[in-house]
Amino acid sequence: MTAVDPHLRVTRTTCAYCGVGCGVLATPDGRGGAAISGDPEHPANFGRLCSKGSALGETLGLENRLLHPMIRCDKGSMERVAWSDALDHVARRFQHIIARDGPGAVAFYLSGQLLTEDYYVANKLMKGFVGSANVDTNSRLCMASSVAGHRRAFGADTVPGCYEDLDEADLLVLVGSNAAWCHPVLYQRMLVNKQQRGARIVVIDPRRTDTVGEDDLFLGLKPGTDAALFSGLLVYLADNGALDRDYIERHTSGFEDAIARARSMAGSAGATALATGLSEQDVLAFFQMFANTPRVVTMYSQGVNQSAQGTDKVNAILNCHLATGRIGKVGASPFSLTGQPNAMGGREVGGLANQLAAHMAFTPPDIDCVRRFWKAPRIATHEGLKAVQMFEAIGRGEIKALWVIGTNPAVSLPNADAARAALRKLELFVVSENVTSNDTVDAGAHVLFPAQAWGEKSGTVTNSERRISRQRAFLSSPGEARPDWWIIGEIAKRLGFGAAFNFTSAADIFREHAALSAFENDGNRDFDIGGLKAVSDEGFDAMAPVQWPIRLNAQPQARFFAEGGFFANERKARFVAPEIPALRTETTAARPLRLNTGRIRDQWHTMTRSGMSPRLGQHLPEPFIEVHPDDAARHGVADGDFARVATDYGQCTLRVVVSERQQRGMLFAPIHWSAVTATGARVGSLVAPHTDPFSGQPENKATPASIAPYEYVFRGFALSRAPLELPDHVWWARVAVNGGHGYLLAGNADLRDWQSWLRSTAGDDLAEYTDFGGGVFRAASFAGDRIETCLFIGPARDAGDWNVVKGLFAADALSNDQRRMLLSGKSTDGLANAGPIVCACFGVGRTTICDSIAAGARSAAEIGARLKAGTNCGSCIPELKRLIAQTAPNAVPQQLAVAN
Amino acid sequence: MSEPLVIVGNGMAAARLVDELAKVALGRYAIAVIGDEPRLAYNRVLLSSVLAGETASHDIELRPAAWWRDRGVTLKYGCMATEVDVGRREVKIENEESIPFSKLILTTGSSPLRLNVPGADLAGVHTFRDSRDVDLLLTLAAQKKRVVVVGGGLLGLEAAYGLAKAGAPVTLVHLMDRLMERQLDAPAAELLKSLVERKGIEILLNANTARIHGVTRVEGVELADGRHLDAEAVIFAAGIRPNIALAREAGIAVNRGIVVDDCLQTSAPDIFAVGECAEHRGICYGLVEPAYEQARVLARHLAGRDARYGGSVVATNLKVSGVSVFSAGDFIGAAGTETIVLSDLNFGTYKKLVISEGRLTGAVLIGDVSDALWYLELIRSRQPTLRIRADMMFGRSLAEAA
Repeated sequence: MTAVDPHLRVTRTTCAYCGVGCGVLATPDGRGGAAISGDPEHPANFGRLCSKGSALGETLGLENRLLHPMIRCDKGSMERVAWSDALDHVARRFQHIIARDGPGAVAFYLSGQLLTEDYYVANKLMKGFVGSANVDTNSRLCMASSVAGHRRAFGADTVPGCYEDLDEADLLVLVGSNAAWCHPVLYQRMLVNKQQRGARIVVIDPRRTDTVGEDDLFLGLKPGTDAALFSGLLVYLADNGALDRDYIERHTSGFEDAIARARSMAGSAGATALATGLSEQDVLAFFQMFANTPRVVTMYSQGVNQSAQGTDKVNAILNCHLATGRIGKVGASPFSLTGQPNAMGGREVGGLANQLAAHMAFTPPDIDCVRRFWKAPRIATHEGLKAVQMFEAIGRGEIKALWVIGTNPAVSLPNADAARAALRKLELFVVSENVTSNDTVDAGAHVLFPAQAWGEKSGTVTNSERRISRQRAFLSSPGEARPDWWIIGEIAKRLGFGAAFNFTSAADIFREHAALSAFENDGNRDFDIGGLKAVSDEGFDAMAPVQWPIRLNAQPQARFFAEGGFFANERKARFVAPEIPALRTETTAARPLRLNTGRIRDQWHTMTRSGMSPRLGQHLPEPFIEVHPDDAARHGVADGDFARVATDYGQCTLRVVVSERQQRGMLFAPIHWSAVTATGARVGSLVAPHTDPFSGQPENKATPASIAPYEYVFRGFALSRAPLELPDHVWWARVAVNGGHGYLLAGNADLRDWQSWLRSTAGDDLAEYTDFGGGVFRAASFAGDRIETCLFIGPARDAGDWNVVKGLFAADALSNDQRRMLLSGKSTDGLANAGPIVCACFGVGRTTICDSIAAGARSAAEIGARLKAGTNCGSCIPELKRLIAQTAPNAVPQQLAVAN
Repeated sequence: MSEPLVIVGNGMAAARLVDELAKVALGRYAIAVIGDEPRLAYNRVLLSSVLAGETASHDIELRPAAWWRDRGVTLKYGCMATEVDVGRREVKIENEESIPFSKLILTTGSSPLRLNVPGADLAGVHTFRDSRDVDLLLTLAAQKKRVVVVGGGLLGLEAAYGLAKAGAPVTLVHLMDRLMERQLDAPAAELLKSLVERKGIEILLNANTARIHGVTRVEGVELADGRHLDAEAVIFAAGIRPNIALAREAGIAVNRGIVVDDCLQTSAPDIFAVGECAEHRGICYGLVEPAYEQARVLARHLAGRDARYGGSVVATNLKVSGVSVFSAGDFIGAAGTETIVLSDLNFGTYKKLVISEGRLTGAVLIGDVSDALWYLELIRSRQPTLRIRADMMFGRSLAEAA
């Protein structure tokens, strides 16, 4: 641990979010925040940042931050304890459970947001020294199918291409990837290519996302049929002379089986159209484009990976690139776009239950190699349980101790309610976290370790193009937060493995990681960063973004496989014949639709970070379900209303968005909301836990579902400086707003219940607007001139303008007029405003009177003649005279004389 | 030859009547105005403003002497009319000869009620009605006398406010459980109370004045519940009574006020009454606006035009103790009505709109009265409010922009 230099200087670091891995310049403001901009020198983004990255500065606050170790005491509440007590306790409990039930009874669940060094230490401890491979990660939900597909085809988990290929390609094919929202900076690079070089873009997705540009070819295929499309493509390539026979011959095996399977599955464009639900014309257009464009990059993401046949889909894509030799060449490659900032780093250290370490597998030679390197006699010798199976084993009581590090599985796993319930069965449930509350922490964690967050921690991450970049600290650690590697190392020491965990810095760990990658490698393994195994502490601190492999004494290499050189199968790639596409589940009369899930542009995962940013909260502030107009009509749901979405696993209540962009028969819901950010929007709880047989990745995008209208009489919102405890039975979604917390609300409770709830919540300086007959209740409490809390409840479309009120809430002080009009819930910009009434009889306001004085009225009588003010009861005449005295220019006496 | 028209009473109604007559029947009548107060007609509404030191006494004069002169009016102020001889068409004036009339208008106004309690006749017990009272009260305030004001209606509040502002320690006692109960609902009255209290006036509700203590001068006030208040002066402001003695003794029909028909004519031909002394369709109005409406109608009638007075939709629309107050129509909200309320008490605002069968039927506003007249117009026009219901609380410009 090194103390952070508090000087306010620019720190180069890497974004906390997606797998693009953009370089970020962070300039601390000295008050715990930082100004954020893109790093012009980083080769992933060249200075560009997306909406999420740009808003990182809004996510650095310490609200809800876990600052001290906590242990659940006998009474059930979490109590702050000393680090040593927490560590001793956890080590003792692990030791006890391992001794009693064996190493298979314990598990780690890690995160693609961990730094490589954290990942390395966790993996080493569990696999090498505890002797269990029950180390899995949220990356299982993200790109495990790509890993499995790569390994089947290439003999290693190798991404063959690099980002430059996106600039150099003539055809960019996006499969199951909404890159415009999920990898925005890469998408912008593609658009530049399109504009400047005329590259064509093809988007293959059941959903017409924002990634589809006007002049792009969009293939809105039926869900789960990607392998049929790419099998059809393989046949077309074969039948139209587009194969690279030489490449196939020299560098691959298994082509004949693969083409035979492809012919049986999609033997023609027509058969492909039938299998995928596309028009033959569109299919042919795509096939021709692909066949005729040597420089083609096929990018794929969760739409391919999150499938019970995800690995086959990946291989169906890889087959086409292998068959044309378009791999690892400039502008030509298959390309897995990873979702998380360090999914790749996790893969490199082996932080998945079916990997050992450093791209080595559970094969006897690899196990032997790693055992010797680690000096780990108890090393795990077979694969552990993958995420979904791990939580099922927890549910069955087979795994008794779990340590979750940096992730929120109670939200993100499929069948998430069952996963959450399983956590309650654990004997020991440890969470290393940044926040005091999320669904996982709230699922009964026994011990909380405060981990350093982005901006505080220091180490490396690897992006989608194998580029290792430094994440550097630019803020000091708040409270007692520690690096994850330190926490894990302290447990390892207490378990008696001190000698193997004597790390004193992230650089220490990185050197060992690099050394392992090169250990007995000799070019047999793709992952080799041996060139960095002796990097000095200073060298590590100053390390510029660098792409692997970084072999000792070898030239750098941006791409793989242009000339073959695969990592198994006698250095040959393997064509894999995919199974006939079939989703794992069937729709039924009761569940006639399929639920697709995914991300939205401005939120990230379970919103524990992005949810803190008011700017990011503006785009899509509440959880929703997108549905095709025909399905909406059939199932009686309407845009803007609410609907119950149910599957065999759970149900959610979501705002309905009716959209032609949605395919008939399909629903789409974003994954981000949890029990701490909304009610009834844990979309993971809807998802079937069926997994791919090779990758173990769940089929998150095709769960049979039903939708039915759900009526809320009242809608509305609340804004508050402090978090609110909302009444029961209210539908709400929380969103960060400038100055505090916003809540979008719906409910059926009596308005008087809202009134009494607010009165019990708000302070004494309270304004209320009640029209109970019209179904409206609005209220605001104030602290001085500032809104403290406000609540707007009304009939569906008459609850007040969220944006207008949000603007007023953000202000430090309301003017009198703003306060007067606040509870109208409407913008009063541009409305005539006469000012406070002076003449009650004729309703003449001060502003009007002053205007009249400015226009020449110089006596009460003149004002009366112009405005009637003061001509009835006359009681305002003294005030009129005062206003003349205060307002009129110096020329008054003369003018008066004239007037008289 | 102009007909002699005599107006008894030199207040706001009289001045307005002269003004209106000059507009519609200039020269038709030779007008004489007889008033017992020793000065030109003044704006009685502003007396509290004079008391509060916000306006000079001479500034509240309604019209300068020249104005009256220009309209050929014979002003006889400081004169008491003692008798009306209906048969002879003459008004008798104290210490003077009678003056004949062909038309007589009674604008005798009203007098403050004096409570019938022991001690009510002690020195130091006053009322608050005319500019002579104001001079007296100003003297009390200058001497920092401890004053108890009896009555929590408009008049009492104004007296209390003026006295407090002029420097006297003031306690206001009110028989009812809320201030201005005839104009305000409970929350509005509560807000008004707190706003008035902020001005340093102590207010006691449910306070029934039982007796006034003192040997020759006021020393204290005893309430029915036994509470005792020190006092060096007591101001009765617990209601007014129309001045009807002159009419009654002349044999003109009176009830609470002088009974008039829709032409403002009394039971006697060519004798009319307007203002606070008049009772029209059973109602004695205590406000200036109905008096002005009556004066306007009467002037037209006297000019030979067809003019009828159908009664006023009374709205209270003024500043009470420096607080803007408006109320009109069914401000309580009868059974079957709906109410919309905006209250921001710390901000000094309370607004209530009463809706019945889709129409605005009543309103009470404290603090923010910017749209009072619009509400009054809506109440009077009985225009449907469905379309503007969502926004009408926040004013005409928002409601009509929507």
